[in-house]
Amino acid sequence: MDDVLRYRDDAAHEEPAVTLDAFLGQTNATAVRLESDEDARALIPHLDRLALIEVSFPAFRDGRGYSSGRILREAGYTGELRAAGDVLVDQILPMRRCGFDSFAPDKPLDPAAVERALGRYDAVYQKAADGRSPVWALRHG
Amino acid sequence: MYKYDSYDQTIVDARVEEFREQVARRLSGELSEDQFKPLRLMNGLYLQLHAYMLRVAIPYGTLDARQMRMLAHVARKYDRGYGHFTTRQNIQYNWIELKHTPDILAELATVEMHAIQTSGNCIRNISSDQFAGAAADEIADPRPWAELLRQWSTFHPEFSYLPRKFKICVIAAQEDRAAMRLHDIGIQLVKNDAGEVGAAIYVGGGMGRTPMIAPLIKAFVPIDDLLSYVEACLRVYNRYGRRDNIYKARIKILLHEIGADEYRRQVEEEWAHVKSLGLDPPRAEFDRIAAMFAAPAYDAAAPDAIDRDDPDFALWVDQNVKPHKQPGYAIATISLKPVGGIPGDATAEQIDLMADLAERYSFDELRVTHAQNIVLPYVRKADLHAVWQALDGAGLATANLDLISDIIACPGLDYCSLANARSIPLAQKIATRFSSMERQRDLGELKLKISGCINACGHHHAGHIGILGVDKRGTENYQLLLGGSGAEDASLGRITGPGFDEDGIVDAVERTVETYRAVRTEGERFLDTYRRVGIEPFKEAIYG
Repeated sequence: MDDVLRYRDDAAHEEPAVTLDAFLGQTNATAVRLESDEDARALIPHLDRLALIEVSFPAFRDGRGYSSGRILREAGYTGELRAAGDVLVDQILPMRRCGFDSFAPDKPLDPAAVERALGRYDAVYQKAADGRSPVWALRHG
Repeated sequence: MYKYDSYDQTIVDARVEEFREQVARRLSGELSEDQFKPLRLMNGLYLQLHAYMLRVAIPYGTLDARQMRMLAHVARKYDRGYGHFTTRQNIQYNWIELKHTPDILAELATVEMHAIQTSGNCIRNISSDQFAGAAADEIADPRPWAELLRQWSTFHPEFSYLPRKFKICVIAAQEDRAAMRLHDIGIQLVKNDAGEVGAAIYVGGGMGRTPMIAPLIKAFVPIDDLLSYVEACLRVYNRYGRRDNIYKARIKILLHEIGADEYRRQVEEEWAHVKSLGLDPPRAEFDRIAAMFAAPAYDAAAPDAIDRDDPDFALWVDQNVKPHKQPGYAIATISLKPVGGIPGDATAEQIDLMADLAERYSFDELRVTHAQNIVLPYVRKADLHAVWQALDGAGLATANLDLISDIIACPGLDYCSLANARSIPLAQKIATRFSSMERQRDLGELKLKISGCINACGHHHAGHIGILGVDKRGTENYQLLLGGSGAEDASLGRITGPGFDEDGIVDAVERTVETYRAVRTEGERFLDTYRRVGIEPFKEAIYG
């Protein structure tokens, strides 16, 4: 877990994530791993018992996980949402905006570079899953 | 025109600094070219055959004189003294040095310009009708809608790594001057029975190796729902568009595979959810933007007559000047297609001159067209002669709008690392073959479009006459297509038969237009003749 970058105050979840099929077939798992081609909405009936959802990014170009993250947050999921795989420094910001609050990159990231990337933009144009007010909201109070 | 507020400016400024750091990491060797590639591509920087190419965004093709002069300045200071206006209403520079790119972006940011999302698998520059705000046949100004979409799509966190690039177009006139239905999303503003303006949404058009004309997905979306509806369209694509094969990754393939009805059903379902999230800005935001596109302070007494004494001027007026919604005014198109020139290229001096003319005669506004020409949208008819004289002195008064020498051509093998064949020399040969203005005018409206490879950047599928360059066992070969259209009567061209070498294709074009002349009825356009008689008479003349 040393390589996981977390933006949460609670303790890291210890239970290993199971596959979506395994999760849907058993009742007691609290952590699940969602592959990029799997439907995040399959988890919606079970969100209240999940503490960790790990979303796979097999290649940085594969952007399906961004939609998965938002769909889970829009459905009210408040547990840990982790982006795992080919996660690069320039993707942490859009991932944060889509609701991810922990990161398990294949290759370790420079923490200072991540901090700079996250603080880079003082304004955003869209409402997303991170609670930031878009500029249209700021413009019109 | 839209003017940045401090929020817009801070976003563009932050982007410049971000890219400056990324370039520094590349120049120091910290980033390999492989690692740098996705970063530079998000900022319009391509590595081409000979050098870096930088593509600068011109949102919906609209710019003012100050911005136009900046484009000239960049051409002069950082390139070889010219720029190339593109079929996406942008400009690109073909001889850029990597180390200069942060400074170029910083200079552009001082005039509210950038290169954000001019490449990469994200939502690209929003395109629109070059006559927006001026056209006699529009029901509303599409630009406020386009600006709303520009802001929404800029650094959209969910849609920055789509299966493939994504192009959106907004028009508001019956005549489609922007190839709306050949976009991933085409939006046509329409009025409902209550007289309110809304968006008809077409999804899944495109060119490339599998050209498709977008079907209508929703007949009317009010402005208050536009962004959430488009968000739903994109989310369905991001989740289910193919990622196993880049040639099948555009949204048109998804539409083709699941069908328009099933796609519409999925979007409606997604929209029912997304709409509840409060993603749409308040009406006040649309009104704020729309106020910046208010009509200019027209001279109500502007005379309607044009002095046609000078025959060369009269020719230019007949060909390049279009009706305006305001009496006494006209829309003038500046052709960037001189005979023997490179379609879409302009020198820094020409760019400066066009900026001067816009400032003096067109309420400080210019437009870039998808056919790679420049428009002065608000010219008093009484000023047309002065404008024409100034253009003529700079080699910019070619009177060939929509004629056979007004060719769209991609950069081709002269620049592009994807190309199979050269496009520019072929465009020059064809324009030279048909250089007689009398002959061109006799042939009438004839849209000829050339792509140097199957990716179709030169829109060959949508040409009345299209030419596709292919590689045939190591030599350049050109296929001929007939009957395409990117206009409101959109259609895809059909290949005539075996391809030709460079001289052979010019001869084939000539045989094609001579066949048209032989079989046309009085006043019939090439495209209409083709549609009436079919491809056979042309094939006979070409191959017979």
